[in-house]
Amino acid sequence: MSSGTAATREPGSATVRSAAIAWRLATVVDVVTETPRARTLVLDVPGWPGHRAGQHVDVRLTAEDGYQAERSYSIASAPEDARIALTVQRLDDGEVSPYLSDVLRGGDRLELRGPIGGYFVWGVALGGPLFLVAGGSGIVPLMAMLRHRAAALTANGDARHGVPARLLYSSRRWEDVFYRAELARLAEDDGTLEVALALTHEAPPGWTGFRRLIDGRMLAEVAWPPAERPKVFVCGPTPLVEAVATALVELGHDPALVKTERFGPTGGSRSAA
Amino acid sequence: MTEPFISRGFRGRGRHGATAARLPPGQYETPDFPVLSAGPTPRTPVATWDFLLRGADGPAARWTWDEFQALPHETVNTDIHCVTKWSKLDTIWEGVSLDTLLAEAAARGVKSAPYVLAVSDGGYTTNLPLADVAGGRAWVAVKYQGVPLTPEHGGPARLLVPHLYFWKSAKWVRQLRFMEHDTAGFWESFGYHNYGDPWREQRYSGDA
Repeated sequence: MSSGTAATREPGSATVRSAAIAWRLATVVDVVTETPRARTLVLDVPGWPGHRAGQHVDVRLTAEDGYQAERSYSIASAPEDARIALTVQRLDDGEVSPYLSDVLRGGDRLELRGPIGGYFVWGVALGGPLFLVAGGSGIVPLMAMLRHRAAALTANGDARHGVPARLLYSSRRWEDVFYRAELARLAEDDGTLEVALALTHEAPPGWTGFRRLIDGRMLAEVAWPPAERPKVFVCGPTPLVEAVATALVELGHDPALVKTERFGPTGGSRSAA
Repeated sequence: MTEPFISRGFRGRGRHGATAARLPPGQYETPDFPVLSAGPTPRTPVATWDFLLRGADGPAARWTWDEFQALPHETVNTDIHCVTKWSKLDTIWEGVSLDTLLAEAAARGVKSAPYVLAVSDGGYTTNLPLADVAGGRAWVAVKYQGVPLTPEHGGPARLLVPHLYFWKSAKWVRQLRFMEHDTAGFWESFGYHNYGDPWREQRYSGDA
């Protein structure tokens, strides 16, 4: 129902049944190392119904004895791409991500279903300005939005009149920044996209970007003014998303325009990106 | 898919724990308490908080925070299951049984109906059959592990309907509206299952 092929309904509409989101057998056609702890699986998915930027898939692994584990992964690729890309960050104590990171290789098959989620999505038709805030692997669904935006620009043949977009992206260290080269290229090629990086733990010599956790002052500096009513998407670890969403509302942004996707536990210090 | 596809080299680790039988299909146990919400966290002071049980034809029963706190509270030890795959076992909540609220509302002349829609601060909604919030299976919870609920976990009060996926346990709940007809709530409108039984793995619209 939230897929690219079926309409989403308004809350309050009558409930209806729709077809189940089918499990599909994807084939790994490429594996790209993004950071020391993350890699992208490029998948060929027969019968893929299409997706919108921001949606995710469920991945299911089955052991010889029938034991199964499922996890959700955001789609990194644009809807315009023929293949689906998932960027997976390896969690040392994880059950599924070490398999996807260490075991799975080109030619292997992987069971998944999707696309899932119809709220944390953006397409050029929704307009802007667009303000994206990512922490760590939270960049993945936002990258799908930027790739979709770039694909639409290319289709228009005019890089000067895209939906104005800004990305604020926090990582621990320079080597942890996903899609570094591609983000730099996108920002260079496109006068309507600005990318600001924040490094929280360690920065290379000569670093000119932000060198601290995202805070209200940084958001006031980077975000569009609330009066321009930017469409905001925030994705990352729960403490980062809580802090960013709260600060944006305090700065005067309309809570209804701030869409969030959180992962991981609450509490603790905001030591993570 | 008729034949289950075996993932080459995958062994998994979740099947042997003492608690494995308490995990619905596709779920894993977490010691953490992850958060899933679609927007900024609303913060409503208890001084302005109230709770409404609104009849299908209009009139509502209303409780202020103090009136609500004066109702009998129950302690609930339960497992909770989030559609994003984590389950947390033996969570301890304190709150008012929906049976108490339903009985009070009936005594005040509020007209019942076969469905309810929970409405929260921030605009979140979720729909449930009345039968699933009656009979000792649902609460309006105000404490978690003995401590007042923090805003990020739904405080000051959230719905607790632990036999369904946890998005049905609406955070920041302020109202239950009786509905003559079932109407989709927030996630139910964005592709999630209308009922959401974890043991039948009803995650998304169309799941059996």
